[in-house]
Amino acid sequence: MKKVYVNEDWCLACHLCEFYCAAANSGAPDMVKAFKSGKKPVPRIQVEEGSDVNFAVQCRHCDGKACVKGCITGALSIKDGVVVCDESRCVGCYTCVLSCPFGCIVIDEEGHRIQKCDLCTKNHDGEPACVQGCPNKAIVFEER
Amino acid sequence: MAIEFMNPLFEVIRDSDRCIKCRVCERQCANEVHKYDADLDKMISNEMTCVDCQRCVCLCPTHALKIRPNENQFRENANWTHQTMDEVYKQAGSGGVLLSAMGNPKDLPVYWDRILLNASQVTNPPIDPLREPMETKTFLGKKNQGITYDENGKAHYDKTPYLELDVPIMFSAMSFGSISKNAHESLARAATELGTFYNTGEGGLHRDFYKYGANTICQVASGRFGVFKGYLDAGAAIEIKMGQGAKPGIGGHLPGMKINDEISRTRMIPKGTDAISPAPHHDIYSIEDLRQLVISLKEATNWEKPIIVKIAAVHNVAAIASGVARSGADIIAIDGFRGGTGAAPTRIRDNVGIPIELALAAVDSRLRDEGIRNDVSVVVGGSVRSAADVVKAIALGADAVYIATSALLAMGCHLCRSCNTGKCNWGIATQRADLVKRLNPDIAAERLVNLVTAWDHEIKEMMGGMGINSIEALRGNRLMLRGVGLTQKELDILGIQHAGE
Ligand code: SF4
Ligand code: SF4
Ligand code: SF4
Ligand code: SF4
Repeated sequence: MKKVYVNEDWCLACHLCEFYCAAANSGAPDMVKAFKSGKKPVPRIQVEEGSDVNFAVQCRHCDGKACVKGCITGALSIKDGVVVCDESRCVGCYTCVLSCPFGCIVIDEEGHRIQKCDLCTKNHDGEPACVQGCPNKAIVFEER
Repeated sequence: MAIEFMNPLFEVIRDSDRCIKCRVCERQCANEVHKYDADLDKMISNEMTCVDCQRCVCLCPTHALKIRPNENQFRENANWTHQTMDEVYKQAGSGGVLLSAMGNPKDLPVYWDRILLNASQVTNPPIDPLREPMETKTFLGKKNQGITYDENGKAHYDKTPYLELDVPIMFSAMSFGSISKNAHESLARAATELGTFYNTGEGGLHRDFYKYGANTICQVASGRFGVFKGYLDAGAAIEIKMGQGAKPGIGGHLPGMKINDEISRTRMIPKGTDAISPAPHHDIYSIEDLRQLVISLKEATNWEKPIIVKIAAVHNVAAIASGVARSGADIIAIDGFRGGTGAAPTRIRDNVGIPIELALAAVDSRLRDEGIRNDVSVVVGGSVRSAADVVKAIALGADAVYIATSALLAMGCHLCRSCNTGKCNWGIATQRADLVKRLNPDIAAERLVNLVTAWDHEIKEMMGGMGINSIEALRGNRLMLRGVGLTQKELDILGIQHAGE
């Protein structure tokens, strides 16, 4: 299964991936509208910056032992290998936020529910928005 | 604070309707032009240090940015232009020699643009490169004349070393030091994939790149940086650099602050010391001396590698090339006055040397007249900007061309001409680790391969149009060229007729 992988050697900490992710999942038709109409959308990918090494982290789509098992309402599940969230069932208990060992689950802009990377399966066809927006191939979408 | 006499050269225009304050421009500008002001909740700019490298413009996700020439102008004066005045202010402030980078930007004639190509009509049909074989492979080195046959009819000839190029385009010398390790790796990988060569420049060969040796030309320059037996053996050819088009008669100076661990190891000089290449080779004061170095290098490499001698295009270039051809060199590389550089004194860059088109024509004619054209191959560089320039160069008499500026552009360079500051925002002409990282060789090598492949297609198309199906048949075929708007003297030197003749 294709997943997003990190090439930390090439990450510039430009944060573009965050903006492309936030815009792609906002439902707005373009970046300007996504950020200029009301609340700023929150990205599902986050760049960790160090002095020499930077990298972008989003859901690893692991076996879900922590977040899926811990979810009290069954909002999180694994569909075709992708860990997805059914937002209509999320009650905002944040159990998953606390339990994800990679810190990949974030709270949405309203502050009532979680949101997480679904590999752009709901908003996009083709390559995930973050990978498309990265100027230096520091994140790639591939089979490994 | 003293009064700043100069204005910013550029204006940063930010469309606030589009700017989403993502701060990408701020993070990507090594010149610290952009800044987010939290109190104002706004992006602000300090244009004084902007060099118009376009990095921020290319990365802004909402296309909110434009960099424009500063509209604020000094009072108009055809003699004292804004730039001339700025240069005086700059020197009055610094007391130093003006430094510049990349090629001569002055509005001097570009002869390539005054030369037109022929095409076949009716009697000599054009060739369709997509349907018929078309050869852009070429060989550089001595062309042996004397073939003898023994009693069994077997041919015998002296085989001298040569370079085999799948395309008549090579990447010219750019040292590790003047450009980054990632830029070098990109060139090396692209040359390997394209079946051509890249050139180490005078900075030695990084230990990680010996594996690309079969596609490497190792340069020996006046500073002799990084030269040892292993280095000479590593490449496919050795180039002796006598001069460079951007700064004929001048050596080089890589400031100590750029000599980091890797560069110090590759150049074999102490870390932090200035790398100074003298203007002359201190052991070469005549063609005989040059011959000694050519022979020494051949001897050192077991007579297995062709030797290139690179000279700048200067007034007596034809006579100099004739001497070089007699020095035992296999290939002469001539670099025109529009060639690039990482740093050169501005006055030298803009006023010394001659156009490559004239130099090439003069050298080719001279070598033919003297009957020694086949003793050497001629490679030209110094602003070969397109496939059309390549075709014209070959028709004027070149065996192949060297490109460097075009190669840098393919990797992201926007010709902001600030290589000398060491803060290249595109990760090319810099040694700052955070900036070098911006050039991912996976991306850059692919773009270089794309560029040369595209040119190769265009060369084939233009040759096909002329009814020519190989580089060999195009070389020196000046009948395929016509000049427009040139004086009789210029036409005579170029050895071509005027359009309509
Ligand atoms: S867009 Fe790419 S280079 Fe920029 S921060 Fe994200 S992963 Fe790193
Ligand atoms: S794959 Fe899509 S949802 Fe996941 S981090 Fe990238 S842009 Fe965001
Ligand atoms: S990169 Fe563009 S959108 Fe982002 S802060 Fe700069 S001008 Fe604004
Ligand atoms: S120096 Fe380059 S990155 Fe900085 S503002 Fe000017 S054009 Fe943009």
